[in-house]
Amino acid sequence: MGSGRIHRRTAVAGALAAGLALPVRAQQGPVKIGMSMPLTGGLAAGGKSALVGIEVWRDDVNEKGGLLGRKVELIVYDDKSSAAETPAIYSKLLDVDKVDLLFAPYATVPTAPIMPMVKQRDLLLMGNFSFQVNRTVKHDKWFNNAPWGPADSWARGFIDLGMKAGAKTIALIGADQEFAQNLMKIAKDVATEKGVKVVYEQSYPPATAEFSAMVRAIRAARADMVFVCSYPPDSVGLLRAINEIGIGDSVRLFGGGMVGLQFSSVMESMGSLLNGVVNYNSWLPEKSMEFAGTKDFFVKYQKRAGEAKVDPLGYYLAPFGYAMGQMVEQAANATKSLDHKKLADFLRSNEMMTIVGPIVFGPDGERKESATLMAQFRGVVDKNIEQFRNPGKQIILFPEKWKTGELVQPFEKARK
Amino acid sequence: MFSWELLGDAIVLGVLVGCFYAAVSIGLSISFGLLDVPNVAHPALLVLASYGAWLLGDFDIDPIVAGLLLMPPFFVLGVVLYRTYHETFEKRGSDAGVRGLAFFFGIAFIIEVGIIMAFGVDQRTVQAIYIGKSVEVLDIRIPMRMVVAFAMALLLTLALTLYLSRTFLGRAIRAVAQDEAALRLMGADPIAIKQWAFGIATAVVALAGALLIIVQPVEPTLDRAYIGRTFCVVVMAGLGSMSGTLLAGIILGVAETIVLTLFGASWAPAISFTLLLIVLGVRPQGLFGR
Amino acid sequence: MGGVGRHLGFWIGAAAFVALAFAMALTVRNEYAFFAGFVVLQFIVLATAWNILGGYAGYVNFGTSAFFGIGVYTAVFLLKAVAAPLWIQIGVAALVGAALGLGVGLLTLRLRGIFFSIATVAITIIAETLITNWKFVGGATGVQLLRPPVTEPFDSYIKMLFVIAAVMVVIAVALARYVQNSGLGRGLRAIRDDEIAAECSGVPTLNLKLVACALSGALMCAAGAPSAMYLQFADPVSAFNLNYSVSALAMSLIGGTSHWIGPVLGAILLATTQQLLTVTISSEVNVLVLGVMLVLFVVAAPEGIIGLARRLWRWARRRTS
Repeated sequence: MGSGRIHRRTAVAGALAAGLALPVRAQQGPVKIGMSMPLTGGLAAGGKSALVGIEVWRDDVNEKGGLLGRKVELIVYDDKSSAAETPAIYSKLLDVDKVDLLFAPYATVPTAPIMPMVKQRDLLLMGNFSFQVNRTVKHDKWFNNAPWGPADSWARGFIDLGMKAGAKTIALIGADQEFAQNLMKIAKDVATEKGVKVVYEQSYPPATAEFSAMVRAIRAARADMVFVCSYPPDSVGLLRAINEIGIGDSVRLFGGGMVGLQFSSVMESMGSLLNGVVNYNSWLPEKSMEFAGTKDFFVKYQKRAGEAKVDPLGYYLAPFGYAMGQMVEQAANATKSLDHKKLADFLRSNEMMTIVGPIVFGPDGERKESATLMAQFRGVVDKNIEQFRNPGKQIILFPEKWKTGELVQPFEKARK
Repeated sequence: MFSWELLGDAIVLGVLVGCFYAAVSIGLSISFGLLDVPNVAHPALLVLASYGAWLLGDFDIDPIVAGLLLMPPFFVLGVVLYRTYHETFEKRGSDAGVRGLAFFFGIAFIIEVGIIMAFGVDQRTVQAIYIGKSVEVLDIRIPMRMVVAFAMALLLTLALTLYLSRTFLGRAIRAVAQDEAALRLMGADPIAIKQWAFGIATAVVALAGALLIIVQPVEPTLDRAYIGRTFCVVVMAGLGSMSGTLLAGIILGVAETIVLTLFGASWAPAISFTLLLIVLGVRPQGLFGR
Repeated sequence: MGGVGRHLGFWIGAAAFVALAFAMALTVRNEYAFFAGFVVLQFIVLATAWNILGGYAGYVNFGTSAFFGIGVYTAVFLLKAVAAPLWIQIGVAALVGAALGLGVGLLTLRLRGIFFSIATVAITIIAETLITNWKFVGGATGVQLLRPPVTEPFDSYIKMLFVIAAVMVVIAVALARYVQNSGLGRGLRAIRDDEIAAECSGVPTLNLKLVACALSGALMCAAGAPSAMYLQFADPVSAFNLNYSVSALAMSLIGGTSHWIGPVLGAILLATTQQLLTVTISSEVNVLVLGVMLVLFVVAAPEGIIGLARRLWRWARRRTS
């Protein structure tokens, strides 16, 4: 008892003299993993789902006796989906909470401001579905869990599929926001490189209400492919307008970069409007995507998600949150340490086994090879969330190794 | 990218969208235009009504019927809001401007966050037979939901114009707007009349909110996009003019769709505000001012 | 009644404040204090700037975020175009802000009450749209910025930013205090109480309002400029966030608009609460607090914290005498 009191007093003294060196004693405590997460604001739906995935990993690893024999503890703060909040939060995590490891928040915008910070302090940062956020900073201890891979692989998958189906022209439309604009620019470059003619190009603001005029203009351009980089509110508006006005028989392939069609609530509310759309995804309940531990994970996730009222399917982000943990776990076990440099060296030079498949990193901390799926919605009915749990609703067309079906085209026919 | 056909399409569609803008602004035309209440919470109330229609949609109630059902509770809400505003600000006089504005601004903020806390940030849509279909007029396929919004806007404008000019209470409301003191001399209670009028204005918002969720998916922060549109329409119309509101709505709708078609959609959000600034600078009494 | 003494007191306090900030930067190692402190100081500048026009003259500006965002992007532009150092970024931002304030004033100050307020919302949206379409500063995608190496005697950039923000607070508060006590302040108060009467009795209302607009705009833009280096990232959605407008307004009204100390108190109270809530509750409650406090204060305590304090003071004096 007596010694316990002394320890507590030293801990308090340590906290008061904030800034003094880390007390040695903390080594025996839990492994603290710190992160911010968008729990409110525009990115909250994704942030909450990703966090549940990470929490499932924490409980799994603690059940097995922890990380290097120490319990894992998560410290999570809400960044309100805003870039303005994250610098202070990560400074708190590092300087006050003294976390051992850092996970990045879900999405690009909240992650961007902390990249220079982790580079300056030379810390390991596990990325969480941001896009090309390391491009200017070039930090060598950054590892993104997202399947994107090289920046252009995303557009390449879509355009390759279209060219195989005989497409020669492309229309590009995208929301005036960070991620969509990046994607659109890359798609344009890939199209030019492959000799596909860009016949229409249009950006629109995030609050756009009415897409009829734009759909008319796309139809008038008579493109073979339409590459769409949209956000959830506009995805619905756009597909509705297409349903009403028609996009013309020339279009063989439609979709590509529509954010939001991966989330349960959006899929449920859009229902049959989704049919025919070929869109990117990260993980789908198809036979080719089952790896060691995948099934167990979703049983646990979906039980929790129901209680916490977050995305009931959770295919898009949650398993990758779990995979972040798995990768750190493998690196820590192999190097027997939590030293950021050792962990980063291991992550950079080894293949990680995760519930979303094997992961190998390139020199920029993104996947060496893209694992982004292109999948086509088929036979979706209205107002039914359960249907998406079965294989066959989203046929994987790309990449080859996970392919589960062939493209149905033209787009108007695939909608029927 | 220019073609006469696209321009024609844009104008037709612009008129429809414009009538919809008029419908969502007409409540503000009463509360702000006639009563001089700085109701910046109007767009937030609009989104709140949309969520009401969405909730009722779960019981298979058609959104327009839902809008009608929401009118009585919104009427009461309007009366309560006005009463609070009057008791705390109008009565006390001089400094009412600053704090009255801040009050409604705060209310808007609370509604927005309240919706997020209750229903999350996901966007919501409703189902109805006229959503997702289209009609063909003069070779142009027009979304049915826009036609419905168009018809409702016309009906609403007509009903309010008649109400304000033909009924006793309606005339009293207009009298309050013009000369409060004279009305008091005649023995009427201007506060009771204003309270009634604000109730009606808010009830109209309930129906407009139903139209909003018919026309587009709704999310909690959508009210920000409509601050510009609604105030632009009301100010351009000239304060308190019902038919002016309809015309101003159409001008805004056509301007937005033409810019969207010809110059690119990136510029669309600034249009309502640019129009508003021009009107305020050149003709502050509005195009159809009283 | 002790005018000189009061001046002296103010400047001694201001000097002590900057000295304290400087001493903190040299001794405290924990960087979180500076990250959080910078945000609080930034809001003090914003609220003080808002109050010059909104509090003294009674013109409610919903466009704080427009000025703030333009400040951020002035810094981004200077950094990308000529790699300008921080103090030039802030200085130019202040000039741009003053010019913009003057322009906005000329355009909108003939409008009264809510018309002025709506016009300021309009300016925010237009400014955001322009920046979104301007590819050089990153457009809608946003832009990542790298800090130059930190200058002596600081050992980290954030500490330097913190001290700079402390200096900006002193400048802003001194300006607000000067405005309040000068003929300018009396004129602005006359405008707030009854603009037409003021004009009739010979107060040059338009000129006074223009000066207030320019001052307020300059301070807001200047507050935005270091934020680019603070985040090392800028995107239109974050830079023009409505939150800045709501906060500046709420902090002033909650603190009390009649005295320069009001916005300072309001900003310290609200910004600190927000920073604390961010790392404790972490939910929507955090955002709700701002709205609820705003409405409660304008309804129940129209004079803000200052008013409450004055009432308490009078009550205490009556008790003792």
